[in-house]
Amino acid sequence: MTLCMPAADPAIMARRLTIAAALRTMVPAANVITAEDALRAYDSDGLTAYRQLPMIVVLPETTAQVSAILRYCAGEGIRIVPRGAGTGLSGGALPLADAITLGLGKFNRILDIDLPNRAVRTQPGVTNLALTQAVQHHGFYYAPDPSSQIACTIGGNVAENSGGVHCLKYGVTSNNILGLEAVLMDGTVISIGGRHLDAGGYDLLGIMTGSEGLLAVITEVTVRILPKPTTARALLLGFPSNESAGACVSAVIAGGIIPAGMEMMDRPAIHAVENFVHAGYPLDVEAILIVELDGPPSEVDELIAKVESLAREAGACYCRVSATEVERLAFWSGRKNAFPAAGRISPDYYCMDGTIPRGALSKVLARIREMEARYGLGVANVFHAGDGNLHPLILYDANKPGELDRAEAFGSEILRLCVEVGGVLTGEHGVGVEKRDLMPSMFTETDLLQQQRVKCAFDPEGLLNPGKVFPTLHRCAELGRVHVHHGETRFAELPRF
Amino acid sequence: MCTTAKPASPNFPGFKVVNDIISIENEGQLADVIASAAGPLSIVGHGTKRGFGRPVTLPCTVSLGGFAGITAYEPAELVLDAKVGTRVADVTALLAQSRQELAFEPPDLGPLLGEAADSGSIGGAIACNLAGPRRIKAGGARDHLLGFSAVSGRGEIFKAGGRVVKNVTGYDLCKLLAGSFGTLAVMTTMSLKVLPAPEKIRTLLLFGLDRPAAWEAMTKALSSGHEVSAAAYVPAVLIGSLAEPLLGSGAAVTALRLEGPPRSVQDRMTALRAMLGGKTEELHTSNSRAFWRAIGDVRPFVGDSRAVWRISVPPQGGLDLAAAVDAIPGAEIFFDWGGGLAWAAVPDTGQASADIIRAGVVTAGGGHATLVRATPATRMAVAPFQPLPPALAALEARIKQTFDPKNILNPGRMWES
Repeated sequence: MTLCMPAADPAIMARRLTIAAALRTMVPAANVITAEDALRAYDSDGLTAYRQLPMIVVLPETTAQVSAILRYCAGEGIRIVPRGAGTGLSGGALPLADAITLGLGKFNRILDIDLPNRAVRTQPGVTNLALTQAVQHHGFYYAPDPSSQIACTIGGNVAENSGGVHCLKYGVTSNNILGLEAVLMDGTVISIGGRHLDAGGYDLLGIMTGSEGLLAVITEVTVRILPKPTTARALLLGFPSNESAGACVSAVIAGGIIPAGMEMMDRPAIHAVENFVHAGYPLDVEAILIVELDGPPSEVDELIAKVESLAREAGACYCRVSATEVERLAFWSGRKNAFPAAGRISPDYYCMDGTIPRGALSKVLARIREMEARYGLGVANVFHAGDGNLHPLILYDANKPGELDRAEAFGSEILRLCVEVGGVLTGEHGVGVEKRDLMPSMFTETDLLQQQRVKCAFDPEGLLNPGKVFPTLHRCAELGRVHVHHGETRFAELPRF
Repeated sequence: MCTTAKPASPNFPGFKVVNDIISIENEGQLADVIASAAGPLSIVGHGTKRGFGRPVTLPCTVSLGGFAGITAYEPAELVLDAKVGTRVADVTALLAQSRQELAFEPPDLGPLLGEAADSGSIGGAIACNLAGPRRIKAGGARDHLLGFSAVSGRGEIFKAGGRVVKNVTGYDLCKLLAGSFGTLAVMTTMSLKVLPAPEKIRTLLLFGLDRPAAWEAMTKALSSGHEVSAAAYVPAVLIGSLAEPLLGSGAAVTALRLEGPPRSVQDRMTALRAMLGGKTEELHTSNSRAFWRAIGDVRPFVGDSRAVWRISVPPQGGLDLAAAVDAIPGAEIFFDWGGGLAWAAVPDTGQASADIIRAGVVTAGGGHATLVRATPATRMAVAPFQPLPPALAALEARIKQTFDPKNILNPGRMWES
């Protein structure tokens, strides 16, 4: 599928070397990349189906440098694509041919560990896992744990409002950050929040989190750290059908239990990971659930017994409780390797990310099975079942003509189904370019216009990460005047991607 | 101008205007009222928090108090939908039937502000982003708003968010609207995250600690794996007002709450007592509920005539803030959120000690001080909301502009407009 992005401005591209020279007056010369082979490393993020060489890559080292770069670009009308580790799965860091990719990789220091206030101030290029590693010997950790946590950065986590397997109990990024320093497109440095809770004015921390690099460039993050739970144990449950596994998920939540994590895999996913990592998963079941309970030992024991009994009632035919930490980690090793395992059974796979009401799990799975036949492509399903966040992995071969297009059409149909059953297009991967054109299936024109107006308050010229999230590019001056009456569409002449 | 006591105002044809109040019955009506408004509108639910923030005296008020009702509640999905005028008390009563609750413990500030208890709306609780003692563990009101439908100052109906917790589709406008005091858009219906209520609650009371010792105990407890869900410090002089017979001993109280399955609570309580030592007592479930409700509802300052500040600082900064407040004659202060939230009562004269308190916030390591209760004259004389640095003030003004370009919704409610 060809992706329509904002038209590149040839006048800007013609000035490429002049712009690079100007940038070299702001940052060390080696931090401005223009050689094609070096730019190649930045041509996509985790959504590798789309690639584009950036015009220039710049790697600032200080907030003042970020501010100088943005002020210069705002003055010259040059577009900016911010980038963390480039692990995002929705194309949020996909370069533009006439834009500067601004990498935050050199912002890689933890600035202050404040244990009494249970807060850590860090630069945005520090990895998610490094934050936990910096405090774990004091008995603390940083809760959101996306599966890319070894590589993804906290700045990227804030931009995408990342989740992870433990967000069912401990919340996503926006529930776990306290403060930000960021630079607006005009170079203004703003500081939001700190080590205290809640905002004194509008919740800018909340609106910035998950804004996918469209509002400002994040240069510092203050996160909350939590004391590590004293115990964690997990159950590995096998079910004869997806329906019975789905029923178990609903029964656990309805039973007043919020597990630390509750993950589900279907038969194709189980077989793929078992062949890959030998996690000890049962192979004669249709679905498995991994349910992790954490907290004080007596509470964990009590809840393990409760979940086991609810699982039996729901029809579980296999149940193992982790007796040791090694065994608990073995349960997780399969789940955490589900994506690479899919890569072993298929040349390519396309990872989707919709969220649905928990109660719709088995219905949605049945519909996905129907679609498999129709599109002629297989699917391995892994989910954060506890919060209804699906990750169907559509298996395809990019070398076979037409398969990528079919995989994308299949994915779009799954996401529209998520919306149809009362869910949403994306649970944690972001809209980016991937789900941009599906936004009208969830939002009206008025809904989207109001969101775009908010962007205008931060970036009136639309220079920061254009072509992402919104299916229609508007100029802010027009947005201010648009008034939608009864859903009629205005500005039909504007580009719609 | 609204026209008093006429069945239909010339400015709002078709709407009943009584005593300058337009009562809204559905979202379409609200959109029409806002779109046709010739001037600013004061937006209220049941009006219980009108004493909070800058006084707004506008000729026309739009009331959503009658726009009430729980439209969906799915316990297994942990979600509840309600119209904004629904009383918080009605929401919590329904949730209790399924042993669930609003985990952010919305406080009832009615009595503090001289209004009836249990009369505030869910829309008001979210619009003011108010959370009780469990804020430190479960998040704030902002963290429990999953989605909404609203009418902007442009008179446009729009929605954001959804009915599921995991959702990053588009900007998180829920966060922006929570705590915006009706100045950006008027929410009409909201989807809220609900959670199972704890089976058992116990509160450990440590008596007679001075502030440094109390902070040490709270910090130790909150840094432990015992999952403390609330931590407060109340000086001896304010204990009587909590109306709890056990607390009549006349000593300062440091309180730590544990919640969960019975055995777990029991075990953690044993461990916590062993860790902290000293002279202690325990409150069981119903006494615990009453105690924490009194803390969240600011019971110590209900019924007196002083001005009341709500101050959020880093937990350790609470000690510096307390020292600053000590210098104000006639002032009293108590703490929630492990020392990170202070409620201070000061004489309601002049600027209600705004300068001292806001300087104290700086010394404490940053945060915000909000004047929650004072006479209208005081609330006009000082900025009730923490003044913002110029860059943020400009950004927030631009955000307001995008939702409400004609400045129709609650102008001046947060800052002088």
